[in-house]
Amino acid sequence: MLIDVQNLRSHFFLDEGVLKAVDDVSFSIEEKETVALVGESGCGKTIVALSFLDLIPSPGRVVGGRILLEGEDLRAMSATQMRRVRGRQIGLIFQEPGAALNPVQTVGGQVADVLKLHRALTRHEARAEAVKLLGDVGIADPERWAGAYPFELSGGMQQRALIATAIAGRPKLLIADEPTTALDPTVQAEILDLLRHLQDEHDMALLLITHDIGVVAEMADRMMVMYTGKILETGDVRSLFKDARHPYTQGLLGSVPQLGAGRDDPLRGIPGAVPDFLELPRGCTFHPRCDLAEDVCLSSFPPIRGIAPNRSCACHMVA
Amino acid sequence: MAFVPGLGHLVLGRTTRGAHLLTVAWAGAGVLAWRSERVFAAFASRAIDEWIASLFLLGSLLFVVVYSRWDVGRLLTGGDEPSVVGKGPWQVASRRFRANTLAVASAYMIVILYVVAVLTPLLAPYDPAAIDNVLQTRYLAPSGAHLFGTDEFGRDLFTRALYGARVSLSIGLLAMLLSKSIGTTYGAVAAYFGGAVDAVLMRMVDVVIAFPTFYLMLMLVGVFEANIVLIVLILGLTSWPGTARYIRGEILSLKEQGFSEAARAIGLPPRLIIIRHLIPSALSPVLVSAALSVAGMIGAEAGLSFLGLGIRPPTPSWGNMVSAGQDAMLVAWWVAFFPGALLALTLVSFSLLADGIRDALDPKVLMRRFV
Repeated sequence: MLIDVQNLRSHFFLDEGVLKAVDDVSFSIEEKETVALVGESGCGKTIVALSFLDLIPSPGRVVGGRILLEGEDLRAMSATQMRRVRGRQIGLIFQEPGAALNPVQTVGGQVADVLKLHRALTRHEARAEAVKLLGDVGIADPERWAGAYPFELSGGMQQRALIATAIAGRPKLLIADEPTTALDPTVQAEILDLLRHLQDEHDMALLLITHDIGVVAEMADRMMVMYTGKILETGDVRSLFKDARHPYTQGLLGSVPQLGAGRDDPLRGIPGAVPDFLELPRGCTFHPRCDLAEDVCLSSFPPIRGIAPNRSCACHMVA
Repeated sequence: MAFVPGLGHLVLGRTTRGAHLLTVAWAGAGVLAWRSERVFAAFASRAIDEWIASLFLLGSLLFVVVYSRWDVGRLLTGGDEPSVVGKGPWQVASRRFRANTLAVASAYMIVILYVVAVLTPLLAPYDPAAIDNVLQTRYLAPSGAHLFGTDEFGRDLFTRALYGARVSLSIGLLAMLLSKSIGTTYGAVAAYFGGAVDAVLMRMVDVVIAFPTFYLMLMLVGVFEANIVLIVLILGLTSWPGTARYIRGEILSLKEQGFSEAARAIGLPPRLIIIRHLIPSALSPVLVSAALSVAGMIGAEAGLSFLGLGIRPPTPSWGNMVSAGQDAMLVAWWVAFFPGALLALTLVSFSLLADGIRDALDPKVLMRRFV
């Protein structure tokens, strides 16, 4: 087991009250495995990733649980130890590559920074290695583009450059937070290919955070569905797609447009909207949007239980 | 051909670079030929300023010779293909700056003033403090022998203006550097660490701002003997809060941006995040205020010296020279006029330079203005 998250809770302490962005989340990731964390915008996916690296912006922080990386608790680490995890054990790719690259530094220089920091290369070696890495992530003529500034690159190239900075420290776990959301479909496919290729080559595990079911189907071994800071259903992608048990997962999968579907098979959505985190419904937070809801759903949030081999689900209505 | 710096560039069509190299080479060689005795005598003397002047002269000559040979070689082997990419924000700004004739002219003016100031011991026609036969030599009007005339003790004012330039210009530059580096570091640290650190540091800034600087100067100058170091310290240590506040504000906003979060995510320590990522993005307006601040510092020093609180005679500074000249204004206008004019020229040059830098860095300013 590469990473083992136990009862993680990350809260934001706002003037209006406590916002439980991540509330009692447990999961694990094996080495070289690809796990997708799926959910609508604002369900706490990104905060899970930021919890790993202690990067949650104020007034938020991790308030409970354990995050074990190869048996070592990340939460017990000092700031100095944590800096050795960031970039070296866990690499993070951000959603918007244009914002995550420093506008006044060359792309090659930013990759070289990571190399100097985590692999103790000299300036000269780091520069050569940065060019090589930019080539590895699929930038043609890397020698030339290493000297370019981020604004001179296209969106796809920026994402490639950002991936280069994330893998430069040779992390064992790469977290990709919506890596293709800001890109157009052809570039999306290229970036996903690249991620898969790099994962094989460097033996990395990949935690893919996305709201795009198509990306999950293409990339992931396992998936976890998240809603209002909790995980509702987990399982291997194949069986979960075939046989989703949780009403929310069924709704998510049902709302993906199918090419070739006729008029008589209209796109189904999930009624209602994601509730306000500060005024969550009592009991199961999904019950106001759920067709199956009964009295028990109003009384308590269902615990997540194993329902089949490698499958678990948090629903009172699923036996 | 290759031995004359700049000639190769002219032949190859790089006229601007060639003209610069050629000018420096000729000017340097000219001074060397004209004052060769002093250049070599300097190394036997114990005065550090003479050493610096001679080393600077010989070093510049060596540099242009070596650089132009290297650069011509590079051009001949075709290693100078203009790259389409890698035109960073600074290069864009520099191209805009170079299109601004007035700003470029003031930049040249400033460079010339500083070079002349460094070379003063080689260039000065007389000894700045020498007095002999006062009755015959006092208050001589400007002439071929005394370009700026002489003062009440018969000292050559051109020589004294050169030495005064050294004092005034170096005080301006050093005090600016001190003030801007303290202000930048202080503001960046306060903003990056935030919270209690920020609160404490910024309250200290309020104290420094509230402190009556002028009385502090009067007191310090009264207690210690005013010399260049003291003036630099006083000016530098009292003028940084503005920069600190500005940098703090910039960094507070920059540290919330994506690239700064990304820098934390790759494990960069705070020190490197501040130095590599935050300060460079916040620095361009500081550059503008730095140019203005040199002028401000030179003006402040002149003001102090004029009041007799700055550099004390017989050491010349432009301020105390103007002060000495005001008594003789009706009989010898030149005593106050030349140092005053130099002072004005320097201050105007720095303001124009600051204007030019601001226009170059601000993408909203249309280039059309410069035509």
